[in-house]
This record gives sequence, structure tokens and C-alpha cells, in this order.
Amino acid sequence: MEIADVAMRYGGAEGTLALQRCTLSVREGEFVAVVGPSGCGKSTLMRLVSGLWPASEGQVWVAGREVSGPVPLVGMAFQNPTLLPWRSVLDNVMLPLEVVPAHRSRLRAERAAYAAKAEALLKLVGLEGFGQRHPHQLSGGMQQRTSLCRALIHEPPLLMLDEPFSALDVFTREDLWAVLQDVWLERKPTVILVTHDLREAVYLADRVLVMSARPGRIIAERRVEFPRPRRLEDTYDTEFNAVVAELRALIARARAGEAPDA
Amino acid sequence: MPDSRAEALAAAARRQRRLQAALPWLVIGGAFILWEAAVWLLGISPFILPAPSAVVQAGLRWWQPLLQDSLVTLGTTLLGFAMAIVFGLALGVAIGSSTLVYRGLYPLLIAFNSIPKVAVVPVLIVWFGIGIWPAVITAFLISFFPIVVNVATGIATVEPELRDVLRALGARPLDIVRKIGLPRAMPYFFASLKVAITVAFVGSIIAESVAPNAGIGRLMMVASSRFDVPLVFAGLVVTGVMGVALYWIAERLERRVTGWATRGQEGFAPGG
Repeated sequence: MEIADVAMRYGGAEGTLALQRCTLSVREGEFVAVVGPSGCGKSTLMRLVSGLWPASEGQVWVAGREVSGPVPLVGMAFQNPTLLPWRSVLDNVMLPLEVVPAHRSRLRAERAAYAAKAEALLKLVGLEGFGQRHPHQLSGGMQQRTSLCRALIHEPPLLMLDEPFSALDVFTREDLWAVLQDVWLERKPTVILVTHDLREAVYLADRVLVMSARPGRIIAERRVEFPRPRRLEDTYDTEFNAVVAELRALIARARAGEAPDA
Repeated sequence: MPDSRAEALAAAARRQRRLQAALPWLVIGGAFILWEAAVWLLGISPFILPAPSAVVQAGLRWWQPLLQDSLVTLGTTLLGFAMAIVFGLALGVAIGSSTLVYRGLYPLLIAFNSIPKVAVVPVLIVWFGIGIWPAVITAFLISFFPIVVNVATGIATVEPELRDVLRALGARPLDIVRKIGLPRAMPYFFASLKVAITVAFVGSIIAESVAPNAGIGRLMMVASSRFDVPLVFAGLVVTGVMGVALYWIAERLERRVTGWATRGQEGFAPGG
């Protein structure tokens, strides 16, 4: 995935500039976290990559093709689980299959096979046996797991996560970090995780990108070389904390408005 | 003794439920008794306010025309209401899913809804002649508005993230309406049905009294011109009963279709 010199401006020529000269590239199968001060255009970045909005300037490339509109190459999960309350968990997970052109034509004939796939995903995130429940019968963490399954069911090469864990309590959040790492280790999708939790970023990502204050662009990047699978206990190591502290300092400077390379 | 305490709680809950089920009947019965007593004690003339017993007598005496006319009114109301559902759903979906349609049509709709329907009835008679159609169309005109507004609200308030999830998958606007918009609008739709069915009766009875052809409205006009006030009241009571019956049906349907929107007590949420 490649983002070259992208700018995004809202509301006409005089509107707010959300992104400017934003350039980044992500290898296939890589786990990248994007952190930055609030309002720096992280969510805008997500919408550009998923083709929901066209960029005002520059190009976005996913899997060797320029993105000009929505393409079902992307799975998305947000801060809210955004499940459909009238559907069971299983039917919620299978929603993308009813929409993505490649699957919708085959869904009717191969429903059992697809349902088995959805069940396998639910099992992977620890929701085995909850398929027939409805979202309101689940806790916030379980809803977020379901949302993650829905993002993965059509096997997108790219997974975009927009602060998916930020509405959860600390313990649930750490559980889900582990779940996400397991999923990633098993399926190896390319992941872009937008977050403002630095421990989360360092625990999960191969590479952490730091964005500047608005108009946002990438001002620094930090490789995270800790071996996988990483354990939650590791997040209290001195080494781990040194990386977190380093990132924190970068963001503090970004918030103050001075870019390190400017 | 935890067992006996649980039993006592369950018994209290049962009593509470039984009271809730009986309450509407108790209130209606009480109101009638109070009404009867007031008429007798204050010596109110039956031309002003007939006692419930007199209303029942009139109803029994004229049960045949009463039944016939109420069936006519029920028929015209349901026909107009059915048209309102079809038209209201279609227009609601269009307005809710397209800003363009919303901007274009909404002011006109509101203007139209502000027109007193009683003023339209003479025009309808010119167009359709005396018969059931003026009543059917008045019932339709008066009851489609709440349906349109509610369905449009349900569809227009779909969470943007949810829309994004589907759009990013390459969903067409029609997919979004079918998969999310319509199911999400169902609770709004049923809420509006409960309003619409009761005002549909208002519509058909207005038309029947302005253009007395058949129906409860005509019966009441005829009765009042003969100063048979108890029969007028009998007509009102029958109308009220029909309204409650249809409301009840709408509510049953609502519970079946949109059970997900009224969360049950049995919901369970372990941590994690």
C-alpha cells in the first residue's frame, strides 16, 4: 500500500486542511500503527485508503492499483462496534459476504460453507457458541470482537482499524490486543491500526508512524523489533517502556507544533 | 430462607403483572360508573350528556345500522390506511435516503400536511363523486404523513460508520437501504402506524360527516339531526373500540417484527 504526497481539504478551497504532503507506504503483511495528537487526520487517512473519499491531491495505491472508489480490498473496524442490532452475531459477521460482489453471487449456494468460515473466525476471537446471540446480549468487548470478525470475513488483504479498542476498559482492551495479535499471526493481513494508545501501538505493530498536528503528515517512524508472539507482561519491560517513552516525546513535540525534521 | 424470599419476590411480580393487565379495564369501568353517577346525581338532560346506560340502550336498539355503518367505516379506513402504508413507506425511503428528494419535497409535504383535511373533502367529492372514495382518500391523506416522516427519520439516521463499512465493501445505495436502512426504520415505522391508524379513523369519519353517504360519520350526523344524542354517543363508542382494536393489532405486529429494539430482561452479558 502506498500513499504518495496526499493532501485532503474539507469544504472547498478555503476549508480545513486535514492532511498535507502525507506520504507513507506499508508492505504486504506488515502491521503498522499510526499515532498522533488528536485531530491530526488519522481517520481521514483511513477513509482515503478505503476509497470512501477521493484525495484532494496525490495518489493512494493499494495492492498495485490506484484507489479511485470503494474497492472491497479493505476490512474496517471502528471505535463503535457498529453491529446491526436486529441480526444475530453470526449474521452480523456474514454481512460483508452479502455485499462484496465476489461473494454475494455464491452465498446462497454455499451458505453452509460460509457459515462454517464465520464460526471458525468467531472461535478464533474467543466467541465460539455465541453466533446465535444478538449484539445487545454481548458485552462491549464481545461486540468489538464480533466487529473484528466482520472486518475479516471476506479475507481482505488490508485491515483498517480506527481506534477499535479505545472505548473498552483496560483489561478487556489488553485481552483484545492478544486476540488481534493471534489473528494477525494466523492470517497475516496487512494492518493499519490508528490509535492514540502508545502501549497498544508498540505491543501490536512492526512499525509505528507518528503524525504531526493538523494538517497531518508522517513526521517520524519507529521500528519495533520485539519478537512475536509478544506477551502482555513484556509491555512492562524497561526496553518496551523506552520505546513508548520515545514515541511519547515525539508526539509531545508534534503537539507543540514543531516537526523534528522541519 | 433464600427460597421463600425468592418465592415471595416472584409472587409480588405476578401480582404486579396481573394488576397491570387488569388496570385498563378497571379505569374504563370506573370512568363509566363515574359518568353514570354524575348524570343521575346532577340530573343532566340526555340531550346534553346521555348516561352510559342510555348509550348502551341506544346501541342495542339500533345495533343493525350501527354494525353496518361501522363495517363501512372500518373498510374505508383500512383501505385508506393500506394506501398510506404503501405510499408512506415508498416516499419515506426516498426522502430518507436522498438529500435531494428531501430538500425538494419536504417543504411541500409540510405545507400539504398543514391543510385542514376537512377543507379538501368537498374537492374530493367533486372529483370522485359521493361514495366511499372521498372517505378512503381522506383517511389516506391524513395518515400517510406520520408514516413518511418516521420512515425517513429511521433511514436518515443510520450511523455514518455503518454506512462506511458497507460502502467500503462496494455496496450500492440500494444495498444500504435494504440491509440497514429499512430494518433500522422498522421501529419508527411501527410507531408511526400506531399514530396513523387512529388518525385514519378521523379522516374517514370527517369525510363521512361532510358528505353523508354511509358509515359511522353519516350515522352520527343523522342521529344528531334527530336529537338522538345517545345514538351519537353509541357511534363514538363504537369508533373508539375500533380504534383501540386496530392499535392493539399494530402493537402485536410491532412486537413480533421489532423485538430486537425493545431489549428483553433476559439479556446477559458476561465480561470479556
